Amino acid sequence: MLEYEQIGKRSKAEERRLLWRKIKQDKECYFMLLPFMLVFVIFTVIPVVMSLPMGFTDFDMVQLPKFVGLSNYATLFLNDSIFIQSIRVTLIFALFTGPLSYVLCFLLAWLINELPQKLKTIFTLIFYVPSMANVYTIWQLIFSGDVYGYLNSILLNLGLITSPIQWLTDSRYVLGVVIVVQLWISLGAGFLALRAGFQNIDRSQYEAGAIEGIQNRWQELIYITIPAMRPQMLFAAVMQIVSSFTAGTVAQSLVGFPSTDYKAHTIMTHAYDYGWVRFEMGYASAICMILFIAMLVCHQLIRKLLKTD
Amino acid sequence: MTNIDKVKGSHKMVGNRLGGTIAIFIFLSLLGLFMALPIYLAVMMSMKPVHELFVFPPKFYVIDPTLDNFRDMFRVLSNLWTPFSRYVFNSVFVTVCVTAAQCVFASMGAFVLAKCHIVGGEIINKIIVISLLYQSNVIYIMQYIVMAKLHMINTYWALILPSVASPMCLFLMRQSMETVPDEMIEAAKVDGANLFTICWKIVIPNQKPALMTMIIFSFQAAWNIQGGTLVYKESLKTLPTVVQQAANAGLARAGVAMAAAVFMLIPPVIIFMLAQKQVIETMAYSGIKD
Repeated sequence: MLEYEQIGKRSKAEERRLLWRKIKQDKECYFMLLPFMLVFVIFTVIPVVMSLPMGFTDFDMVQLPKFVGLSNYATLFLNDSIFIQSIRVTLIFALFTGPLSYVLCFLLAWLINELPQKLKTIFTLIFYVPSMANVYTIWQLIFSGDVYGYLNSILLNLGLITSPIQWLTDSRYVLGVVIVVQLWISLGAGFLALRAGFQNIDRSQYEAGAIEGIQNRWQELIYITIPAMRPQMLFAAVMQIVSSFTAGTVAQSLVGFPSTDYKAHTIMTHAYDYGWVRFEMGYASAICMILFIAMLVCHQLIRKLLKTD
Repeated sequence: MTNIDKVKGSHKMVGNRLGGTIAIFIFLSLLGLFMALPIYLAVMMSMKPVHELFVFPPKFYVIDPTLDNFRDMFRVLSNLWTPFSRYVFNSVFVTVCVTAAQCVFASMGAFVLAKCHIVGGEIINKIIVISLLYQSNVIYIMQYIVMAKLHMINTYWALILPSVASPMCLFLMRQSMETVPDEMIEAAKVDGANLFTICWKIVIPNQKPALMTMIIFSFQAAWNIQGGTLVYKESLKTLPTVVQQAANAGLARAGVAMAAAVFMLIPPVIIFMLAQKQVIETMAYSGIKD
């Protein structure tokens, strides 16, 4: 190990020889990594790499892709007002659902952790089930615009409104409705990972903390739990970025496609529109590329935040 | 648990903590009610007879519960050209293969990436996170091309292989394993254990919560594999595909669609309960004190 650290002072050839020796020494490691990497490279990395340059082409899935330079990107920013609208929607959406549901994931996972064992399973199940299956179509009945909708029926009964509200088509409510439903299904992977993290914190740390004068739950949380949970918190953050930036299917099935005045038209919906409706795959990949860059920037920011404090 | 309580008792915190626990319980129950209500409505909906679908005002309970919707769904399913049992077999087979392979591959890979400090490990870590962030509908086309080149279209491989290497599962396990103290591994090395043994006998049993959580994720994802364009032979299709078809074909569609969704939800919920029980029973003691 010490040898390895001194590499900088050695000649190039020697450096390479040492590196090779280290690799050979670790061959057991590479062998254990191999099954995953083999499948991962063939079925994920290669398709991803193949799809990267598609944003610079005109590709309709029938003919071979034709190189068009930056024209897709130019059209996106200069000539596609719906794309600009979709950026706005995605940002509002991500700003609302992302941080809020991240905090919610952490808070709920922590609160559940403070409960007795039997209740833990029940509450974890209640909060996790919404993200498990396509049951969110039930919200269509809740927000239904006629008097059969649950929400309208309750509000009418209470006398708060006099005529049913068109929750799913009125451009004033569409985005709000989608955000509520997205929040409802957002306690997913990140939430469960945090639950597992809480469960795996070394108990002896709490005992040591109690001896050293930690007096209540807040102090436990700040001095012991959060530092111990940093890896899981990063995982949850990545999951949250992905789910809040790439949201689109919920909106599509709930408020229709396209939504009224494109009020719930996210970047992902826009990419779906060009990719699978108009078969302009080159253009669709340019859209996805921009989304990817936004997500990457966001990820870097969060990494910095979680590391420094 | 008793040990911790003893320490806490000495600080006269018990009464204080109980009050807090009750407050937490009340808060979670209220929020839980909001979370559970739509699920409850979905289950009620799946048991509503046709004549109750359009009762005004809409009821929060079923007056006359029936399993007609489920029966309708299964009637459609049993009238298909391919026997229903075939779809069940496909789904179970694919789910078991994917879940098992995913967990084994991801656990081993995560161990190496988190604890072995190999040359190139950092780059692999970056690639894995990037592959999570990069979402594009073109990927599916490229995946199809790769599959076609490997002559895997219309085989079980097409259903299983693309899901086997899950970057999400590996990322989860790697993050969790980062908290394993290096001393534990060094101690095992001194005792003469090879890396494979250390991984499976020492580190992974120590990571039960993350492992069980991974099983939940894998099972859930695998259970919903549809194959899409990768398989078009009827005898290779899985349950989600046909159940979706049945849901669209039913007489009272709202009810049958809910019945289908509820039906598909049952296996993942059972796995969830079993795995979560293991997570909660974990009481971590690494046995290493600084």
